[in-house]
Amino acid sequence: MATESASNGLKSKSDPQVIFIKPSKSWVSLNLRSLWEYRELLYFLTWRDIKVRYKQTVLGAAWAILQPLTTMLIFSLFFGRLVKVPSDGIPYPLFAFAALVPWTFFANGLNQSSNSLVSSANLLKKVYFPRLTIPLATVLAGVVDFVLAFAVLLLLMAFYRVIPTVNIIWTPLLLALAFVTSLGVGLWMSALNVRYRDVRYVVPFLVQIWLFATPIAYPSSLLSEPWRTIYGLNPMVGVVEGFRWALLGAKTAPGLMVLASALASLLILITGAYYFRHMEKTFADVV
Amino acid sequence: MSDVAICVDGLSKRFSIHSKHESYQTLRDTLSNAALQPFRALKSRGSENGDESGDSETIWALKNVSFEVKPGEVVGLIGRNGAGKSTLLKILGRVTEPTEGFAKICGRVGSLLEVGVGFHFELSGRENIFLNGAILGMKRIDIKRRFDEIVSFAEIDKFIDTPVKHYSSGMYLRLAFAVAAHLEPDILLVDEVLAVGDAAFQKKCIGKMEEVAGEGRTVLFVSHNMAAVQALCTRGIFLHNGSVFTDSTAGASISAYLRQLEQSVSQDLQERSDRRGRGEIRLAGIEISTGINDHAQTLATGRPAMFAFYLTGMRPRTSCIFTIYDDFGQPLATFNSAVRGPDDSQDSALNNALICHLDELPLVPGRYRVNVAVSADGELQDHLEGAAFFEVEQGAMRGRPVIKGKGYGRICLQHHWQSPSS
Repeated sequence: MATESASNGLKSKSDPQVIFIKPSKSWVSLNLRSLWEYRELLYFLTWRDIKVRYKQTVLGAAWAILQPLTTMLIFSLFFGRLVKVPSDGIPYPLFAFAALVPWTFFANGLNQSSNSLVSSANLLKKVYFPRLTIPLATVLAGVVDFVLAFAVLLLLMAFYRVIPTVNIIWTPLLLALAFVTSLGVGLWMSALNVRYRDVRYVVPFLVQIWLFATPIAYPSSLLSEPWRTIYGLNPMVGVVEGFRWALLGAKTAPGLMVLASALASLLILITGAYYFRHMEKTFADVV
Repeated sequence: MSDVAICVDGLSKRFSIHSKHESYQTLRDTLSNAALQPFRALKSRGSENGDESGDSETIWALKNVSFEVKPGEVVGLIGRNGAGKSTLLKILGRVTEPTEGFAKICGRVGSLLEVGVGFHFELSGRENIFLNGAILGMKRIDIKRRFDEIVSFAEIDKFIDTPVKHYSSGMYLRLAFAVAAHLEPDILLVDEVLAVGDAAFQKKCIGKMEEVAGEGRTVLFVSHNMAAVQALCTRGIFLHNGSVFTDSTAGASISAYLRQLEQSVSQDLQERSDRRGRGEIRLAGIEISTGINDHAQTLATGRPAMFAFYLTGMRPRTSCIFTIYDDFGQPLATFNSAVRGPDDSQDSALNNALICHLDELPLVPGRYRVNVAVSADGELQDHLEGAAFFEVEQGAMRGRPVIKGKGYGRICLQHHWQSPSS
């Protein structure tokens, strides 16, 4: 949007803000300041998404746990039992579940943020606010689901008598990495979705391919070293292997791999945010 | 406080027609367009008759609009469908960007382009007040402070913790308007929100608008309700085809608008572009006559009247709604062919028209306007404001003369008196 609020220095109540409206240049700044000004709206949108998510469902928040749990059972049966995929010496169900918990957070966040703008079409057409809040709120709301699933993961670890190492302190950062990746791809997809509704069909497909391109059902230790780090350019590789390392005490610290993942995910987030801001001015006309 | 609240300078907005009718495109369209582009370039070079197909695909919803509004002014924006009123409000509300030009707004803006934006049906009234307030730009502490006021204005105290999906439409509207009404911005942009709800609700809304205007706030108000514009606004801006046609007092702009509406009637209906709806079915012509024998054109009070609507592209389950307005823009009566009565008949000889018959026209002598909407299967196909004008001559209601310009009201009802014998 071509608007800047210029409130000259002191912001007293008698000094009304002045808004300038003019056509914007083709590329615009991220305007994180206005995002900060609308932090309460971000809070309410996130809170709405959390409240509404499991309304009128029988199982309610149990869905947050059932999704990764059933996938884990299927993987354990087919890959663990039948194909006998190696799992770095960790019981296969735990091995898969530790990866599925952050993965489910990522995949749901991506799915929901991709559709977030289109499903808020009415808001886009009627009210001004920084549009970034919409996909941001949907990904943020997923954190609640993540916490529930993470609790189940801890229970499962207790069941297998796996004691977490001190490296568990890294999990918040690894979650942040999954968050950044989910939001980054979500920004791209949601902005594209406003113009090209193909995205609706592309995203489930993308998530499916990405699932198998990430070492969830199998360990990344199948690859030898230069390739393993390069594999980390898929940001979810770093997240998943990081989780296993931090919680289950997998032998090798995936430092380089996580670094590659962090760089890749930041690149996606920054380009996504700029693309989003670039497309933002057309949202209300096109959606 | 500066001496200008809103300053609009040369504001223009261009829409591509493509993106207006078919709001989103698929990747396939874009790819196939891109693939065909070289061929199209060849073709246009080949034909060389200079048709400006590039230009015809865009329309200017607003063209070079300039005006200034002083703090405390209440300005009514009037004009026909597609005149650019809503686009102007959307630009000022920062929902969409102008293509050219510049606007400056001094003060906190509250835009009310629709009531209840962002309401979620699964959430309770209380939760929606906070959510909607935040969307409209209110701070949480402000919402908390005014919470009780909002609830009592909406008259939903008992249902405040019930999910909004169980509300009646009246309750829903009241709550939605209540939140918006407590925004307290310096500048309020309002788009036709008063056109919804029952009479009591509308009265309440207008009362609230008067209050807001009375507090010295600046209001920019879009409406088709000329009576509301006349009552609320100190100034009227009449937009026509995206430009300012008249910028004067509310009364002067309303009469300019109504005059303009009349002029357009002389124009062929099929050539008019100020329509809404899907457009598969179009209103091609209207005939208003007495409907008896000679089809005399002049209607008179208490005499039969016939309104015939000729349509193109008519198909089964096409219905027509028309409303008669007086010359102040006040709606008087609405007729809907979708609502059936025992006297309705079907005629196989009619294949492109819907005809409405009135046995006794209950209008007092004067000049009237007709707005028409055509729908099929619940979808609006065509909508025309000022589709026709007609004159009613002096007549009699069952033998009781009705004289022009005597007394109040525009409707005369069949009645009789009882009085003591003298």
